[in-house]
Amino acid sequence: MSYFFQQSLNALQLGSIYALIALGYTMVYGILRMINFAHGDLFMVGAFFCFLAATVLHFPFLPTLLVSMAGVAFLGVIIERLAYKPLRQAPRVSAVITALGVGIFLENLILAIDPYPKHVPLLIGNTTWDLLGVSVSSLQVLIIALSLGLMLMLDFIVRRTMVGIAMRAISWDKTIVPLMGVPVNLVISITFALGAGLGAAAGTMYGLAYPVIDPYMGIMVGWKAFISAVVGGIGNIRGAMIGGFILGTVEILVVAYFPSTYKDFVSFALLLVLLIYRPYGILGKPQTQKI
Amino acid sequence: MRIPCSRNIKFLVLIPGGWLLCFLIPRLGILNPYVQLVFIYVGINIILATSLNLINGYMGEFSVGHAGFMAVGAYISSLLTVRVIPASWNPYLFPFALVAGGMGAGLVGLIVAVPSFKTRGDYLAIVTLAFNMIVKSVIENIEAIGGPRGLLGMQKMTTLPWVFFWTVVSIWIIRNFVYSNFGRGVLSIREDEIAGELMGVNTRRVKLLGFVISSFFAGIAGGLFAHNLQFINPRVFDILKSTDILIMVYLGGVGSIAGSIIGAGIYTLLLEYLRFLKEWRMVLMPLLLVFLMLFRPRGIMGLREFKGFVPQYYLSAVELWLARRKKEDVAPSH
Repeated sequence: MSYFFQQSLNALQLGSIYALIALGYTMVYGILRMINFAHGDLFMVGAFFCFLAATVLHFPFLPTLLVSMAGVAFLGVIIERLAYKPLRQAPRVSAVITALGVGIFLENLILAIDPYPKHVPLLIGNTTWDLLGVSVSSLQVLIIALSLGLMLMLDFIVRRTMVGIAMRAISWDKTIVPLMGVPVNLVISITFALGAGLGAAAGTMYGLAYPVIDPYMGIMVGWKAFISAVVGGIGNIRGAMIGGFILGTVEILVVAYFPSTYKDFVSFALLLVLLIYRPYGILGKPQTQKI
Repeated sequence: MRIPCSRNIKFLVLIPGGWLLCFLIPRLGILNPYVQLVFIYVGINIILATSLNLINGYMGEFSVGHAGFMAVGAYISSLLTVRVIPASWNPYLFPFALVAGGMGAGLVGLIVAVPSFKTRGDYLAIVTLAFNMIVKSVIENIEAIGGPRGLLGMQKMTTLPWVFFWTVVSIWIIRNFVYSNFGRGVLSIREDEIAGELMGVNTRRVKLLGFVISSFFAGIAGGLFAHNLQFINPRVFDILKSTDILIMVYLGGVGSIAGSIIGAGIYTLLLEYLRFLKEWRMVLMPLLLVFLMLFRPRGIMGLREFKGFVPQYYLSAVELWLARRKKEDVAPSH
């Protein structure tokens, strides 16, 4: 029984990382109706910025986190301005292919600059407590607490501030909102910055928890996070959070009780089944198509 | 008025001439083996790009997981030649092994076509990408065929004449399919699926057939690829390979067979030419794709086509309609 609780704790940790990255996917889809396939690679760049800040600049934990979040937010805004903004009126095919291209470009850029997997030094003391047979490490608690804190902050921003209201308005109806005096381009850039920043926070924490990072790690983690966004209902922020925890639980359950090589297969099969029978996800609403 | 169909002399001369050349080049050693290898890859990429163009270009769907079909074809044909067929029979049964691989890929294409009935656009892209990952994951989990270590031991049976033969066959079949009576439905799905369905096009059957034909040829290309490289593992057939094929299609021009030929040729040759850049080559390639999407999303050929590929006569359905209209012009009925 304590094995089950131990795995539940692991599932919470993994799920919170997936949820943070899924928020990035969901916010961009909500505003632009575009799936930013490069988001997983922004997560990877966040982990690499954290590595740079920790080893080259020797920052402690909090400045490392802030540096990587700010850096990747900036990168996200640049990518949006250069690659996605010209394609807002183009057919969706172009946007998706461009996103794929940007993702591969980021991976190979980091690979070309320095291809070796990197070891992220531990920036905070790691004490483990034994709680009713479950070993809890302070790193796990930090990850879960920080993720929940960031998600609550995002929820507050989206629901209570003017920027958040503007974001929700744009995702509701994109044509009328600029006529109401909302600076649409600025709000879109802020959305990208927020999403990328959260992805970078996830990257930093992933780098601390599983200390080896390499340029191709963004692919799988990005895809799992995307699946969680779809599970929760893409475009829905609460859905992304729930979906992240669901997918983390599913993956840890597969690893704990089945041969662990099946974890990717189960996640993608779940995605496929969901897309066939309930493509709008758990918290989404079915879209009707006007002829 | 019936436009006389032009029996194109060009093709009757080019195709046997090309095949003869493919026999002579290795025999006489005109080009060095590296250049021959590059041409083999150009041929394989042409088959892949043409088959993907059928779904993405002519049918207007959005399939991003083409490497999955390639993987299925490669593994099935390799397993046949390595484990089932005795070694001395291999050169004679090679085309059958390829076709078997293609049929396996076609069956898998059938499975992928089913979600396409209900989903379009972004969601179909996700479905096909997920399917690509699932294929890779399943292959990695089957220890009997090597799992993540891969499969080796294939004989090098892919030669220039074989590649040329399969390239010509795939272009011929896909071109005939698209310009046939039945294949017109493919274009109607791209233009307006609901209107086509209302006009009586059996969209389900057309989609099934389109996906199956496309994945069949992707499987054949996979088999040729496996027997050229003599080693395959699941990592080769991941999203990077799918993106390669996408670049070729969108570079040359969607909805145009000539476009996929040009795109595959230019992409493969460019990649070989840029080898001196070492690791920065793969940084440049996705940038090329992004620039393409930003500045020329239609590709080099746009939606145009070689004059020789387009048939110079009307379809029989159109002929009947024209004849009926002429009869009504002569004797109008109220």
